[in-house]
Order: sequence, then structure tokens, then C-alpha cells
Amino acid sequence: MSQSYGIIAEFDTPADAMHAAEKVRDAGFRKWDVFTPFPVHGMDKAMGLKNSKVGWFSFLGGVTGYTTGMLMIWFMNKFDYPILVGGKPMFSPFSAFPPSYELTILLGAFGALGGMLLLNRLPRLHHPLLKHKRFELATHDKFFLVIETADTKYNEAETRKLLESTGSKRIEMVEE
Amino acid sequence: MTAGTPLPTVPKELVRPLLVTNNRSIGWISDRIASIAEGPTPLWWWVSFAISLVMMTTCFSMISYLIATGVGVFGNNQPVMWGWPIINFVWWIGIGHAGTLISAILFLLRQKWRTAVNRAAEAMTIFAVMCAGIYPVIHVGRVWLAWWLFPIPNSNAIWPQFRSPLMWDVFAVSTYFTVSLLFWYMGLIPDLAVLRDRAKNRIKQFAYGLFSLGWTGSNRHWSNYEKAYLILAGLSTPLVLSVHSIVSLDFAVSQLPGWHTTIFPPYFVAGAVFSGFGMVLTLLIPIRKICGLEDIITLRHIDLMCKVTLATGSIVGYAYGMEVFIAWYSGSPYEQFAFYNRAFGPYWWGYWTMIACNVLFPQLFWFRKVRENMLAVFFLSILVNVGMWFERFEIVVTSLHRDFIPANWAHFKPTMIDVMTYLGTFGLFFTFFLLFMRFLPVIAISEVKGVTPQADPHLPQGGAKPGGHH
Repeated sequence: MSQSYGIIAEFDTPADAMHAAEKVRDAGFRKWDVFTPFPVHGMDKAMGLKNSKVGWFSFLGGVTGYTTGMLMIWFMNKFDYPILVGGKPMFSPFSAFPPSYELTILLGAFGALGGMLLLNRLPRLHHPLLKHKRFELATHDKFFLVIETADTKYNEAETRKLLESTGSKRIEMVEE
Repeated sequence: MTAGTPLPTVPKELVRPLLVTNNRSIGWISDRIASIAEGPTPLWWWVSFAISLVMMTTCFSMISYLIATGVGVFGNNQPVMWGWPIINFVWWIGIGHAGTLISAILFLLRQKWRTAVNRAAEAMTIFAVMCAGIYPVIHVGRVWLAWWLFPIPNSNAIWPQFRSPLMWDVFAVSTYFTVSLLFWYMGLIPDLAVLRDRAKNRIKQFAYGLFSLGWTGSNRHWSNYEKAYLILAGLSTPLVLSVHSIVSLDFAVSQLPGWHTTIFPPYFVAGAVFSGFGMVLTLLIPIRKICGLEDIITLRHIDLMCKVTLATGSIVGYAYGMEVFIAWYSGSPYEQFAFYNRAFGPYWWGYWTMIACNVLFPQLFWFRKVRENMLAVFFLSILVNVGMWFERFEIVVTSLHRDFIPANWAHFKPTMIDVMTYLGTFGLFFTFFLLFMRFLPVIAISEVKGVTPQADPHLPQGGAKPGGHH
């Protein structure tokens, strides 16, 4: 007998999944999640999630990009090998701005994507849920709520009862 | 409220039509879109792919010949040193602008109809920028030294010269390509997971599984994902405006009459969006028909894109008028001559083709009858891109071929190599685009699901509230 990963409840509409999420949130669970084929608006609130921290990664990337651009151009054209061209200043923040601006956006974008992947612990090429037959529909048209057995509040009989009270018609165990 | 008071109803003229017509279910959306990449390869695909492949091979053969022989195989010569390579560079990169406009700016403006067209438009952007990127590299002469454009230490110990807009362009175009690719890929992650979960054979399961990075549709993931998507849209908006502005500075920072104007950045951006939407229409009108996507890319989508084309075409028309006015108002005889020469000089046919295709014909989009006639829209969208090619031809060639000293004047003529390289880039573009259609979801599946009424958690039955943007 293999270890169970968690208990999974299936829903047909985003509204049902959202109301179920509110109940699970209020019951004080911590290791649980809702799986939907598209982002459902209001679900973050229903799950009690805080604002995402991706912005900080992007900001850090942007600042790095701008500073790198300015310093690089100053180093190359003013410090390391100055060449006089048409009497223009060796370094000017104006002519150095466009490349630095592009680097701000470039590293800011890498920060956003990288931050998203890091916070989501992706890429992850294996997940117990992906082996669950019914779970294929999470990317199609069904909505799932999963409570992990690792949650301290998890209790096989009571958690199942809680999920039944949300109106889910199909509640199953997921193998590790 | 007392019992019996009727609820206020939305007046009929304010009800927005649904974005996905015929009340399709959420499951139908993934079935319909994924089936394009899943079914047996249709014959039309093989035929178009074979043609594109031959054209792409032509492109690379021409480039090999150029590298082996020298840049003299092109028509570029004193005084027209920029010729077709730069015309085609600006033309392709302009086309690339619609993808990011649709995915970023329309996202920030909450235009939900973008979800049906953004995936294909972003793919178009990436492939168009690839075609564009070839030209600056191959026209430099000694192609094997093109890496000197990048800030990489070389044996001469000389660095790139950042006071030149050409260096700004290197950063703008390479950033644009990279960020467009990141944005496109991030949008693809949930949809690759859709294909992974539907895949029947091991190879597909493995490939889609690998590239979907283990996406499960977790709401904790969606929360970070949506924030990252918003930030990428916010970053891409100034990016898309800056890229064609910087391309225009390649011209405007010079001292040449006809180029040295402050109107160039906004005028180039409007022209880029105009030509990009032209290309999006050219691609999507056949795709919606062939792939049976009429319920997702509806007539309303086409109608809205026609209106964007009309608006940007009119801005471009205004810019043409303003250029001529400023030439007169400046009192500079060189500036005045440059514009007189454009309209009535040896390249008058290019100028009037440009005016007809970019300013006059798009005015037909004022009529609903035209916007609803797919054949007419398709034909007009091609004219838009013909017109925009002639615009770049006029800007590059007429300003250069008669500059300040008449002794320098010459007549520019392209060679067969110019023409075949240009036609060859279409092969490159369509080869990639056809591969994209065959193996990836051509429409953003999860995003389209999200704009249907049944996706709204406050309306469990669905259909109660009309969709559309609000």
C-alpha cells in the first residue's frame, strides 16, 4: 500500500470550486490548493492568498539592467577606450539612456518570468497529481480542490466530510 | 426594495456580443483548438510547407552567395548605401509590432477580445523579427565581424560606440526579440499542459510535458503567473513603443533632408502597428476559415482589427501630410527639394503607391459592409503591407539618391539577389509559422476560456451576463 498524497474533490463550475475554497480556508488548512483550467478571478481571496511577490524579482532585474547599461557604456566609451567622435562628450546620460532602458526591460522581463518560476517551484517534471487519471481534466473543463495528507489538520474521515459538505460529487484519494 | 420592483435591465444597444459565439462550453474550446495540432497533417499544410521550405532555402543560398562574394551583389552603392536590406529590415520589424501591441497594450487596456488573436500575433512577431534581424547582419559587408556590434572584448580592444543610434538599435531589436519570446513562451506554458494532458503517444507526452514545465493549473501558481503576465505586459508596452522609435532614430539622428525630423518616432510606431495589423489580418482570415475557428475569431474580432488598422492608417496619413507641411514651413530648400523629389522625382510611382495603399484604401474600413466582407478585408490587408514596404522604400532611397551635391546623385536599382533574398525571407517566415500551427496551440486556450461567461465564478449558470470587455 503506497502512501497517500492527498484527497481530491472535483467540481463542475468555478463558482462551486470557489465556495469550497472559502470553506477549506476558514477551516484553517495550510497545505491545500485549487486547480483550474484558467485563472479564476476571486479565487486568491477565496483561498486567502497574499499578493504575489513576483514584482520584486522584476524590479530587481530592472534596476540591475539600468545600472549595468549605464556603467558598461561609461566604462567602454569614457574610461577604457575613449574615442572622440564629432566633438560629442565621451559619456552622456542621454545617449547612454536608450541601451540602458532596453536592458532595464530585458532584465526586468527575465526577473518576472524567473521570479514566477522560482516562486512556483517550476520546472517540476513530476507531481503526484499528474499521475491521477481524473486530474487530466484540470486543464480541460473541471475544477479540483486538493488537501494534502501532510497538512497538520488533515484527518481522513473529517476532511472527507468537509469536502462532501461543499457539494462535490466525486472525492478520491491521490497516491503519492 | 419592495417585492415586485423589476430589476433594471441593460438596454439592448449596450449589450456587448459574446466573445465566443454559439454558447460553446469550456471543454469545446480546448477540443477545437487542440485538434488543429492533433489531427493528421492536412494536405494543404504539406503543400504550403514544401513551398515555404524551397523559398527559405533560396534565402539561405542567396545569403551564402553574398557572404562568399561580397556585399556588391546587392544594389547598394554610393550614394544609396542602405538599399533593400534596410528597407526590408524596417518592414519586417514593423510587422512584428502588432503582436506585442495586442498582447501587451490591449491587455493593459482590458480589451478582452485580444485573447483570440494574441497567440498567433505573438508568433508572427517573433518570426518577423527573425526575418528582420538577418538584414542588418548581412548588409555590413564582412558578415563574420558582425559580432563587433555587441559589447564583447575583441583583439583590437575597441568597444562599440554608444553615441550612435545604430548601437541603440542593436539593443532595442535584440531585447525586443528576447522579451517577445519570453512573453510568448510564458503564455504557452498552461496551453502546453493542455496538449500534454491530451497527448496519446509517448513522444508527444514527453515533449509537451517537458516544455509545460510541470504545470498543474494550481491556483497558487496562477496567482504568481498572472502577476508575472501583468508585469511583462507593463514592460512590453514601453518596449514596443521604444523599438520602432529607436529604429526611426537610425534615420532621424542623421543630418539628411527627409530623415532629420522630430516626427519620426511616433510616425514610425503608428506605421509599425498599422502594418502589423495588416499582417495579422492577412494571416488570421485564412486561418479561421481553414481551422474552423469562426466561433473564436469572430466577425467582431475582424471588425475591431479593421478599426485599429483604419485608425493607425489615418495617423500615418496625417504624418505624411505633416512632413510635407514642415518641409514647406522650414524654409529649407534642401528639405523642400527632398519632398518635391519624393512625390514628383524619378521614384514618384513609389510615393503614390504608398499614399494609395496606406492612406486612401484603408479609408474603406469606415464602411461596415467592407469590414464584414472577408475577401475585401483580406485584399486590403495585403495592400497595407505593400504600401508600408513602399513607405520604407521612399524614405531610404529618395533621401539618399539625391543628396546635397548633384555630382553625387545616382539612380538606385535592386539586383536579382536583392529580390530573391527578400522573397526568401517569406519562406523563412512561413516555414516557422506553419510549424507553429502544426505543433502548438494557435489560440491561447486558457485565456479564451477565461473570457467566457461560464468562467465567471459569480455566475454559475453562465450566459446570464453577456461577455465582452467591461
